[in-house]
Amino acid sequence: MSNHASTYEPKSATAKWWDERLPVPRMMHDQFVDFPTPRNLNYLWTFGGILTFCLVAQLVTGIVLAMHYQPSDAEAFNSLDRIRRDVNYGWLIQAMHATGSSMFFLAVYIHIFRGLYYGSYRAPREILWILGVFILLAMMATAFLGYSLPWGQMSFWAVTVITNLFSSLDAVIPGLGTAIVQWLWGGYAVSGTTLNRFFSLHYLLPFVIFGLVILHIWALHVAGQNNPTGLNIKSKSDSVPMYPYAVAKDAFALFAFVILFAWFVLFLPDYLGHADNFIEANPLVTPPHIVPEWYFLPFYAILRAIPDKLGGVIAMFASIAILAFIPWLDRSPVRSAKYRPVYKWFFWLFVIACLALGYLGSKPAEGIYVFWARIFTAYYFAHFLIVMPIVGAMETPSRMPGSITEAVLGKSSKKSTSADAH
Amino acid sequence: MKRDTQELFDEDPLEGGRLMTADVEDPNRRDILVVAASAFSAVGAASLIWPFVHQMNPDAGAQALASAEFDLAPVQEGQAITVMWRGKPVFIRHRTAEEIETAKKVALDELPDPVSRNENQPGTPATDENRTIAGHEKWLVMVGICTHLGCIPKGQTLADAKGDYGGWFCPCNGSHYDTSGRIRKGPAPRNLDVPPYTFLSDTKIRIG
Amino acid sequence: MNATRHVTTLRIALVAAAAMAFAQGPALAAGGGEAIHFERHDWSFSGMGGQYDRNQLRRGFQVYKDVCASCHALERVKFRNLVQPGGPEFDEEAVKALAAEWPNKITDGPNDEGAMFEREPKLSDKVKGPFKNEQEARSIHNGAYPPDLSLIARARNVHNEAAWYIHVPMMVRDVLTGYAEGGPDYIYALLTGYKEAPEGFHLSEGMNYNTHFPGHQIAMVQPIPEGGAVEYQENAGAKASLEQNAKDVTAFLAWAADPSLNERKKLGWTVMLYLLITTLLLYFAKKRIWARVKH
Repeated sequence: MSNHASTYEPKSATAKWWDERLPVPRMMHDQFVDFPTPRNLNYLWTFGGILTFCLVAQLVTGIVLAMHYQPSDAEAFNSLDRIRRDVNYGWLIQAMHATGSSMFFLAVYIHIFRGLYYGSYRAPREILWILGVFILLAMMATAFLGYSLPWGQMSFWAVTVITNLFSSLDAVIPGLGTAIVQWLWGGYAVSGTTLNRFFSLHYLLPFVIFGLVILHIWALHVAGQNNPTGLNIKSKSDSVPMYPYAVAKDAFALFAFVILFAWFVLFLPDYLGHADNFIEANPLVTPPHIVPEWYFLPFYAILRAIPDKLGGVIAMFASIAILAFIPWLDRSPVRSAKYRPVYKWFFWLFVIACLALGYLGSKPAEGIYVFWARIFTAYYFAHFLIVMPIVGAMETPSRMPGSITEAVLGKSSKKSTSADAH
Repeated sequence: MKRDTQELFDEDPLEGGRLMTADVEDPNRRDILVVAASAFSAVGAASLIWPFVHQMNPDAGAQALASAEFDLAPVQEGQAITVMWRGKPVFIRHRTAEEIETAKKVALDELPDPVSRNENQPGTPATDENRTIAGHEKWLVMVGICTHLGCIPKGQTLADAKGDYGGWFCPCNGSHYDTSGRIRKGPAPRNLDVPPYTFLSDTKIRIG
Repeated sequence: MNATRHVTTLRIALVAAAAMAFAQGPALAAGGGEAIHFERHDWSFSGMGGQYDRNQLRRGFQVYKDVCASCHALERVKFRNLVQPGGPEFDEEAVKALAAEWPNKITDGPNDEGAMFEREPKLSDKVKGPFKNEQEARSIHNGAYPPDLSLIARARNVHNEAAWYIHVPMMVRDVLTGYAEGGPDYIYALLTGYKEAPEGFHLSEGMNYNTHFPGHQIAMVQPIPEGGAVEYQENAGAKASLEQNAKDVTAFLAWAADPSLNERKKLGWTVMLYLLITTLLLYFAKKRIWARVKH
C-alpha cells in the first residue's frame, strides 16, 4: 500500500510460515499497528473507526433479522411483529438495526463535515474522497430499500413517492420515466413484487459498501491521514504509531458513541422512527404527512424546493453528485479551514444551511417553509459552485506552522528531533 | 501579498513515526488501567454475543406449541391416529389385546435395540411395559419417524403394510417395527422414540 | 481573545436553549390545522425507570374485554402473553379458562371432510376480534373500521407544531428524559376527550365530537362514559371512573404494543452503567498512553 518499509518481524515458526504464504499478519502490522498517524488528530478523526463498527453492526443485526423476516406483502409486517414479540431478543436486535441506521448516518455526516473543514478531499486524496461519495450513495440506497421492508404505511408510501420521481423523466423522453418506474415496481403499482426485490437488493448493497470501504481504507493508507493543520507528515516527530495511540483514542470514542446508540435502542427505540409505520401498508390510504427518516430530510427539502418535478429530482441528485467535484472546486492554496479565516465563516453557514434544510424537510411544502427551503438550497449549491472556487482563490491564509510538530509543541521546536516524540 | 503555497507532495511522507522500540518495552504498557479498560471492553463485546446466538433458538411461538393436548375418545380399538407435535408426526395407536400380548412375549435378547427409548422412563429396557404408561398399555404413543434416515413408516391405517412383525414398516429401506414400535429387522438402529406425555384423563393426553 | 468570545457565545446559546427546553411551549398539535394541547401524563412505565404496573395491566385488560373487545380485535396478542412475565401475569389456568370461553372462536381446518371449522382458543392462540376481516367490520359500522388495537399505542403519537426554536430544545428534552409515551398520551386524551360539539361546529351524521381527534369528528361513540364503564374487584388497586378506566386500558394497550418494555428498560440501566464505567476506563487509559507524547 504505502511506501514505508515494513518493520514486521515474524517471531514464531508459525508466523514465519504464514508470512511466506499469505502475509496478512504483516499487512495488519504495517497498516494498523506500526502505521504513522499524525500526532495532532482530534476526535473528529475517530469517526472512521466508528463507521466501521456501524457497518459491521448493521451487517450482523441485518443477517440475523433476515433469518426471521419474510419479504412478502402478506407476511412482512407480521414477521416483523413476530420478531419483536416472539423471537428471543428479537426486540433488541430489531431496535439495534433500526437505530443503527440512524447512528450510521449521524457518524457519516460528522465524518464528511470533518473532511470538508480540514480539506481531506484535496490532492492526493481525491479518489479517497470520491470513494466516500460512492459509499454515501450506497448507504442512502441501502437505507431507502431497508425502510421499505417493514411494509408499514410510511414504508409503502415512501417507496411510492420516491420511485414515482423517476416518472419525471417522461418530460425528457415520453414514456421513458413510466417505463423505468414500472420496471422498478415489477408492476403497475408498488406491491409485494417490489418488496421482494427491494429485500434482495437491501441484502446485497451492504456488501458492496463493504468492498468500497476496503478500497476507501486502502486509498487512505496510500496517502496517510490528513490532520487538523492540513500539513503532510514530514518527519518522525510529526507522527505516532497507530497502535497504541490512535487505537486507544478510537476505542474511547467508539464507546462514547455507543452510549448514545444504546440510549436510543434501550430507552427510545421508536423515537427516530415514525408512528405511522406501525400501521400495515394500505395502498388505498395515504398518510397525512409523508416524511422520510431524518437523515434524508435535507435532500427531501431540496427536492421539494424546486417547483418543477424534473428540476427537483435533478437538484436532489445533484446535491450529492456535486460532492464528487469538490477536490477540483476548492481553489484554496491550503487544505485546512483552520488557516482560512474567511472561508471558515462560509463553512459554518453551510452547516447551518444543512441543518435548516433538514428541519424544513420535515415540514409541509408550503408557505414560509418553501421560501426558506429555496434560500438554503440556493446557498447549498452556491457554497460549492461559488464560494469554494472564489473564496479559495482570493483568500489570504492565516499564518501556518511549519510542521505538525511545530503546531503541537510550539514555535521553539520547529525542527523535529526524535527526543520530541516522547 | 505574499502567499504561502503548501507543498502537496512530500518525499516519502510516511517516513516518520516508526514504532519505537521504547514503546514496545515500555513498562507503562502493562499498566493496570489499560488492562482494566481492555478487559471491560472485551467483556462487553463478549456478552453482546449471547442475544445473537439465542435468537436462533426456538422462539416463543414455537415454545408455546411445545405441548399439545389430544382427545383420544374417537380412536377405536385397533385404530391409530397421527397427530402433529413440534412439527413431527406422532403415532397414537389404540392397541388390541392381541397386539399387546404379542409384544409382551418377545424376549429382550431378540431385540436389536434393547433400550426402551421412552422419554418418560429413560434408560429402561425395551419391555412392552416400558414402552407405555402404566395403567394405559392400550395406548402406544410414538414419534412416527424412522430411526434410520427419517422417513415416516407405514402402518397407521388398515390398508397399510405392517411389516413382518405386525406393527409398522418403513418403505424407504425396509425397517420392520413390531406392535410395540420396536425395531426388529432392517437397518434402523433404534426403537421408535416415545415422547414425553401424560394422561390428563382416560381419553385426553398431553404430549410434551 | 477570539476563543473566549466564542466560548461566551456558546455559553449564552446553551443557557437559552436550556431555558426554552423547560419552558412551557405553545400548544402541540395532533396534526392538520390548529394546535391541540396534549397533556403529558405520568405513566408507571414512563422514563428510564419506568415499568408496567401489573395491577393496572390487569384492570386495563378487564376494560378491554368488557368495553373494547366487542368491536376491536387484539390479534397480535396471544392468550399466553397474558401469563408471561412483564405483562398482566395472570394465572395460567385462569387464562386457559378465559380463552376457552372467549366469544370469538378460532377458525381451524380443513378437517377430514375438507371443511373449515371453529374451535375454542387455546393458550397459544391469538385474542381474536369479532369480525372476519376489515370488510365485514366496515359493513357493520357504516364504512368505519375499528382498528385492531395490538399496536395502537405505537401507531399514534402527539405531534409538535411549535416553532423551530422551541421545537428543537423540546426534542432535546424528550431525548434526555426518555419520553416515549406519545401514543399513550394520545389515546388517553382521546378516550377522555368526548364533549358536546361547540357552537357553530358542523358535526356530520353519525359522528361524535372529540377534542383530541384530528378534525374533531370521530365515528366511535364514547366508549367509556362518565363514572366509568367497568367496576373493578376489591383488590384491583383502584376505583373505577372514566379517568381510571381510560388510564388503565391505555396502559394495557401500551403493554400490548410493547410487551418487552420491562426487560428493555431494566437492561437499559445495566448497559448504561457498564458503558459509563468502561468509557471512563478507556478515557483514562487513553490519557495514560498519551502521557508519553506531548499533544
